[in-house]
Amino acid sequence: MPRTARDVVFVDGVRTPFGKAGGMYAQTRADDLVVKAVRELLRRNPELPPERIDDMAVAATTQIGDQGLTLGRTAGILAGLPRSVPGYSIDRMCAGAMTAVTTTASGIAFGAYDVAIAGGVEHMGRHPMGEGVDPNPRFVAERLVDPAALVMGQTAENIHDRYPQLTKARADAYALRSQEKVAKAYADGLIQPDLVPVAARDVEAGWGLATADEPPRPETTLDGLAALRTPFRPHGRVTAGNAAGLNDGATAAIVAAEDVADELGLTKKMRLVSYAFAGVEPEIMGIGPVPATQKALARADLGIEDIGLFEINEAFAVQVLAFLDHYGIDDDDPRVNPWGGAIALGHPLASSGIRLMIQLAALFEQHRQVRYGLTTMCIGLGMGGSVIWENPHHTSTTSPKGSAA
Amino acid sequence: MSADISFADEVVTRSPVRYVDLPLGAGRAALITLDNGHDPTKPNTWGPAGLEGLDATLDEVAARDDLVAVCLTGKPFMFSVGADLKALRTLSTLDQAVAIGRLGHRVLGRLATLGVPTFAFVNGAAMGGGLETALNCTYRTVSSGAAALALPEVFLGLIPGWGGAFLLPNLIGPDAAVTVILENPLSINRMLKPRQALQLGVADAMFEPADFIEQSLTWAAQVLRGDVVVARPEIDRSDAWDAAMTRGRAIADAKTHGTAPAPYRALELLELARSASREDAFAAEDMALADLALSPELAASLYAFDLVQKRAKRPVGVPDAALARPVTTVGIVGAGLMASQLALLFAQRLQVPVHMTDLDADRVEKGLAYVRGEIEKLQGRGRLSPDAANRLRALVTGSTDKAAFADADFVIEAVFEDLAVKQQVFAELEEVVSDTCVLATNTSSLSIAEMAAKLRHPERVVGFHFFNPVAVMQLLEIVRAERTDDATLATAFAVAKLLKKSAVLVKDAPAFVVNRLLTRFLGEVTAAVDEGTPIEVADAALEPLGLPMSPFVLLQLVGPAVALHVAETMHEAFPDRFTVSPNHTRLVEAGKPGVYVWPDGVQQVDPEVAALFVGGDHPSTADQVLERALAALAEEIRLMLDDGVVAAPQDVDLCMVLGAGWPFWDGGITPYLDRAGVSERVNGARFLPERPDAVN
Repeated sequence: MPRTARDVVFVDGVRTPFGKAGGMYAQTRADDLVVKAVRELLRRNPELPPERIDDMAVAATTQIGDQGLTLGRTAGILAGLPRSVPGYSIDRMCAGAMTAVTTTASGIAFGAYDVAIAGGVEHMGRHPMGEGVDPNPRFVAERLVDPAALVMGQTAENIHDRYPQLTKARADAYALRSQEKVAKAYADGLIQPDLVPVAARDVEAGWGLATADEPPRPETTLDGLAALRTPFRPHGRVTAGNAAGLNDGATAAIVAAEDVADELGLTKKMRLVSYAFAGVEPEIMGIGPVPATQKALARADLGIEDIGLFEINEAFAVQVLAFLDHYGIDDDDPRVNPWGGAIALGHPLASSGIRLMIQLAALFEQHRQVRYGLTTMCIGLGMGGSVIWENPHHTSTTSPKGSAA
Repeated sequence: MSADISFADEVVTRSPVRYVDLPLGAGRAALITLDNGHDPTKPNTWGPAGLEGLDATLDEVAARDDLVAVCLTGKPFMFSVGADLKALRTLSTLDQAVAIGRLGHRVLGRLATLGVPTFAFVNGAAMGGGLETALNCTYRTVSSGAAALALPEVFLGLIPGWGGAFLLPNLIGPDAAVTVILENPLSINRMLKPRQALQLGVADAMFEPADFIEQSLTWAAQVLRGDVVVARPEIDRSDAWDAAMTRGRAIADAKTHGTAPAPYRALELLELARSASREDAFAAEDMALADLALSPELAASLYAFDLVQKRAKRPVGVPDAALARPVTTVGIVGAGLMASQLALLFAQRLQVPVHMTDLDADRVEKGLAYVRGEIEKLQGRGRLSPDAANRLRALVTGSTDKAAFADADFVIEAVFEDLAVKQQVFAELEEVVSDTCVLATNTSSLSIAEMAAKLRHPERVVGFHFFNPVAVMQLLEIVRAERTDDATLATAFAVAKLLKKSAVLVKDAPAFVVNRLLTRFLGEVTAAVDEGTPIEVADAALEPLGLPMSPFVLLQLVGPAVALHVAETMHEAFPDRFTVSPNHTRLVEAGKPGVYVWPDGVQQVDPEVAALFVGGDHPSTADQVLERALAALAEEIRLMLDDGVVAAPQDVDLCMVLGAGWPFWDGGITPYLDRAGVSERVNGARFLPERPDAVN
């Protein structure tokens, strides 16, 4: 049967405010965070009849307890979706939500779905990284991976080793700019429109309402950053200040076939151009975005110079700098994370991919001169993921180069 | 100063506050959470310490100048179920009683006078003082998942005395207020579903539970910004108010016959709410609450409430539940109306195969047809899904062969009330069933021991006496015969629990508890008629008890023939106290359904019955009939207790409340007999101490 791949659009995305592990969501369930995000997403998009949703993919890294039990299905039921909407869970660690988007988008392109919900959650307070893992003893016995590969902070130190020009000073300066950009974006009211307020309860203090991200530290200074200890190595370079923290949060997005979005009158915030995932040595997992982006660009027949906006996940400042150096982009290039990133906002692992997309979508609307944008992130055990998006607001948009349509 | 109303074991509902930024830039609000620190099965309640805590929270809130609203909600799944009844039990002086009303009014009333709008987010059950907490607020949202909303005070013998009697009619109008404050509580304490609360205007908006607090805060922001305008009905204070009062009075009369003070005090307050100021209305609520709180009717009511809530769930004298044998197949001997009702109930509640037998195929088919018809009705009303209905239909089978009971664990007979017939049934069963299969009888008056006498295993026979209609009446008298063993009894109680019935353990004595007392009582009223008292006078004499129906209406419901049969059995057992009325016999011989007819819906004595009855020449006054009937009850209960028919007067009262629908405000019956002085006059002593502790 001849088949035509369909164009896929990012219709809309929302997220809960991100919390610090042990902070405002300490007594809030992870599945409840997903439910709040999905319900608000649907409320914001009344043109989408819920029964038109063909699947719901929700990512989490630690899929046990309130992040287990096939979250995509349970959260759908808890959110009040029609019982006819199926769901499933996804795990690609930090790129869980990104993978939820690319996987459902692929289903759409193939013609299996018209509309899907993709989401991600990580409650690192309730589920610390590595909870319940049981690595195969062969990893160590056969030296399949360096023992450092399982400790993300050590993989970041390893990048500093590999690229001596990526100094702690550059990493701290980058981290400070992230805090400053987030503070400015908040002051300008750019972050808030896509946040879902969450009623979070504390047994002693009662109900509260989370309306803003908890991690940002606008008071950050270079001196302060320089004084922080380096927990992964004596006299190391990676600190709590130049890395993302341990966070709680959930994200959700609607992806749809472009023709179906048109039929239903859905917004089209971004058009999917290409995506790619790539593997690297696990002990330097942070450079994953470099080959992933190469692959995604090649598949779209684009060059790095075609990308007008970058949303790169800031798991560690050094890993962002490695990407920028590779592609010859300045540390403070205004196209990169213009509203700041995970160092300030937080990185609830499997939820972050959609946070990048939400921010890129909002930036697209403001930067109509930009045609292509990139969301990219590094992934534990040595991977990277990249998704290239086209700006539907771009003034001279035609069919994107390299798309299958 | 106010009297001390604190009590030692108050489970304090705390009211911590947090300050939140409302959505839509509407400003900063205080968000108070009511939380007693326990899981949802232990509801939030208000006692003096809890109210003082809220007062302190409101002090803190009032001291701030950066707030645009104050919001209040509950712990997960639970708003508040109102005043802690323990607080009422500890009251002993009028000062204390007034003080608790004033404290509630003062603290909850602050929610209306903080200077900023207040919002109650009713996220779960809100009853009594809990709902009044919300009513004192400016606005209310309700979760569509909230279990129930109600002002059940009148049901208990109180009035909504923390503002409800004034605030509710002025919010939703007098007619709807009569529904909530009088009609529902007096209809077996019916409650509002969230949607009904919204429709009546008790709540201004309803949101789904998944993000109820978030949506409520957003709604509050919209109200504060003026995006949402809350429409409230114009209250008609003239004709509609008159009509509502008339309707309320009719409801109170119909349900309590003027014998319970609470509904009438509630009506007075509703009338006052038409024109009084808030302050005056609240002061009147304080006085009404105090009067009622110290009334014997309330003491009786709280006693009965405890019986139903606690003793009914933990029956006294029951062997260890671990002895109970599993029941996975049920047999029913008989396929008449009673048997068919039992078949449906067992199948619905136990969800195990139920097999009915009768003498011929026609009767079996008729019984099965009844069950299928009832399942159909339940399905039609949406009470059963198609799958559940199929499951039930498949569970109930019938035949004419008792061999089908071979694998039954529990067989109950509901055949004709004749000892020889029942002995025969049990003898046949014993040939078929296992040695441990429980044989139960639904007899209402026959001796269980005699029924079991000739069996190889008499220890597995137990009385299991239901009340009609089986699906509705809550009581089950479980009868331990002389040789019934613990495992059988434990199994019977376990089955009762699965059937969701409240079982009371009774001794194998004629007619057990409910029928014995009703028969004795009816015998006195009938005897008065036999002696020449007009039917209407004798039948109305018991009105001060406020029974759900008069003795002769009850006779008509039971059926004169059935009642006569029991009367004869009782006469045989206790000839000096139980008589067989010649008029009653004439009624049965004439085939009359009862003494009354209802042409055009108005009750009157059937002229044919009046002609049939032969009266003596020494009529009694109504007072004399009452005195005589009460004395007979007191005497009979004393004799039953002395004989060990039940363990305590509490069991008698529980039986009369659940098996005969006798009112809470009589406490069943012994609190009434005590307070009326009948117990002491007849027996020389009260049944219960002055302040009865229901549980022990």
